[in-house]
Amino acid sequence: MGNEAHTPDAAASVDFEQVQSTGQFQELRRRHRSFVFPMAVAFLLWYFAYVLLADYAVDFMSTKVWGNINVGLVLGLLQFVSTFAITGWYVHYSNRKLDPIATEIRHEIEGHEFDKNGHRVGGANK
Amino acid sequence: MIAIPAAVDVSALKDTTLLNMGIFALFVAVTMVIVFRASRNNKTAADYYAAGRSFTGSQNGTAIAGDYLSAASFLGITGAIAINGYDGFMYSIGFLVAWLVALLLVAELLRNTGKFTMADVLSFRLKQRPVRIAAAISTLAVCFFYLLAQMAGAGSLISLLLGISDWGGQALVIIVVGALMIMYVLIGGMKGTTWVQIIKAMLLIAGAAVMTFWVMAIYGFNISALLGGAVETAKNPAVLNPGLQYGKSDTSKLDFMSLGLALVLGTAALPHVLMRFYTVPTAKEARKSVVWSIWLIGIFYLFTLVLGYGAAALVGADTIKGAPGGVNSAAPLLAFHLGGPLLLGFISAVAFATILAVVAGLTITAAASFAHDIYANVIAKGNADAATEVRVARRTVVVIGILAILGGIFANGQNVAFLVALAFAVAASANLPTIIYSLFWRKFTTQGAVWSMYGGLASAILLIVFSPVVSGAKTSMIPGANFALFPLSNPGIVSIPLAFLLGWLGTTLDKRREDPAKQAEMEVRSLTGIGAEKAVDH
Repeated sequence: MGNEAHTPDAAASVDFEQVQSTGQFQELRRRHRSFVFPMAVAFLLWYFAYVLLADYAVDFMSTKVWGNINVGLVLGLLQFVSTFAITGWYVHYSNRKLDPIATEIRHEIEGHEFDKNGHRVGGANK
Repeated sequence: MIAIPAAVDVSALKDTTLLNMGIFALFVAVTMVIVFRASRNNKTAADYYAAGRSFTGSQNGTAIAGDYLSAASFLGITGAIAINGYDGFMYSIGFLVAWLVALLLVAELLRNTGKFTMADVLSFRLKQRPVRIAAAISTLAVCFFYLLAQMAGAGSLISLLLGISDWGGQALVIIVVGALMIMYVLIGGMKGTTWVQIIKAMLLIAGAAVMTFWVMAIYGFNISALLGGAVETAKNPAVLNPGLQYGKSDTSKLDFMSLGLALVLGTAALPHVLMRFYTVPTAKEARKSVVWSIWLIGIFYLFTLVLGYGAAALVGADTIKGAPGGVNSAAPLLAFHLGGPLLLGFISAVAFATILAVVAGLTITAAASFAHDIYANVIAKGNADAATEVRVARRTVVVIGILAILGGIFANGQNVAFLVALAFAVAASANLPTIIYSLFWRKFTTQGAVWSMYGGLASAILLIVFSPVVSGAKTSMIPGANFALFPLSNPGIVSIPLAFLLGWLGTTLDKRREDPAKQAEMEVRSLTGIGAEKAVDH
């Protein structure tokens, strides 16, 4: 039974295992994972450190920094700042490091370089 | 300093009922016209479920913000900060940081691999039937919890805003809200729903911005002075410190951790949020929409900090708790304090619109999941034509609408933020492990997916049933009974790790291997976007 998740398209006759094994695709996957995994671990650690501090280090979080503003509020606002910063960083990284190589692979697939049986399939391209 | 208006007189709110209703009616009229216009091009299933994939990243990002900033965010968080001070702010942080999971790990890959629903992605390289059924069941469960929260929010909002305090009157208004929502979704499909969400997001953020500016102006744009005002009114310096609500005991501290875990891992597994990524033409637009929504949602949550402490300082926790609608009335009461009946009318209309838009988004997600996953792929075994599928989806909308109305009438009076946090916990337990594993773990198998989804769903729901939320405490749903065997009110800290463990265990113990060709296809598609459905031209 075919998969209903997609309709026949430009990729219908592609040998995906062959694409997967190319150095170019391996590089795309490496670039993607080497960014998103460490980043995900980092922001989750920072978030849980913050939650633990708010939970178990109330005195520290209640220390006044300036006027009525305490450490807890500053760290909370820094969570906002880090979220915005990581968002911007990821977009910058994808635009420069991921999108060009993904587009290149897509063009090669659409140019039938990876068709099964070696023969070209006409008219499937959008 | 601007002159501070006199103290809020809750009884004066009744005089504004007509104005509130007028502003709300205007909103309904305007959005109805837009929905009618948007629906003229609804022909195919892609039109109905995914708005023809024709929205831009910024439009979809605004709609995501409209979908995400529910009554729990606006009314719930403002109220939580006004009453519990710093502990309420934690909701804002968890709800926002959670978007990084969606941005980094889920949004683009999902847009590239799926078509209409979450199950499309989860069943891509696994056995269709069992995984699709499990994913559809968890989608329906999460949507139902979320719907209950929104309808309960509608009930408590109405009691304050329209001065309807008797049970029958509130039930009638819940029926009206439900009926309107059914109409939006039936007529407009995803396109109409998206427009309602875009308009609502803009109104909500604009309204919150005006109130934030106003509150800050009163305190000379000095946040320290605002915090000082909150301490003064509360006569308790602890409102600025963590722990007022959750610091009472070791159990409550653990509960706080559990809540934090559910919040940060829930967002990227909410089916109605995931479905929004299919309304854009490419993964790049999906990325843009997440970035756009992170900015809008982040800025909005900064507003809620000012509004919450503003309500604490200017209205006062005692007045809020004493008002009809309780904690949820902080934001409307602050609006009344600042701008009188007109601002209250505007803010209440926005709050209604919020509930209406979120409920519509949930309904279309649940209907799509039933029609596309259960009906078309399981009952009709892939042989249903698109027209039949959309017809089934429309009927499902009516059924879900009626269920939501009934649920809302019975959940009326329950704590909104709490019900939403439960929906987050259920989503994080039932869906997130399988989403992450199927996108990133080559060896992941059908058995792992099925164990993780059913195990996560069942453990989350069972722990809720045996928690103090349902019985054994004064604030429980059934205060008379006591079968609260589980001490925490949020199940996340147990059920989320359990679901991850079950996914790993089920895969390791599975003797079957999945087709490596399918795995290769999914990975190549997810990272390159090859063959992903493009926008529908009209």
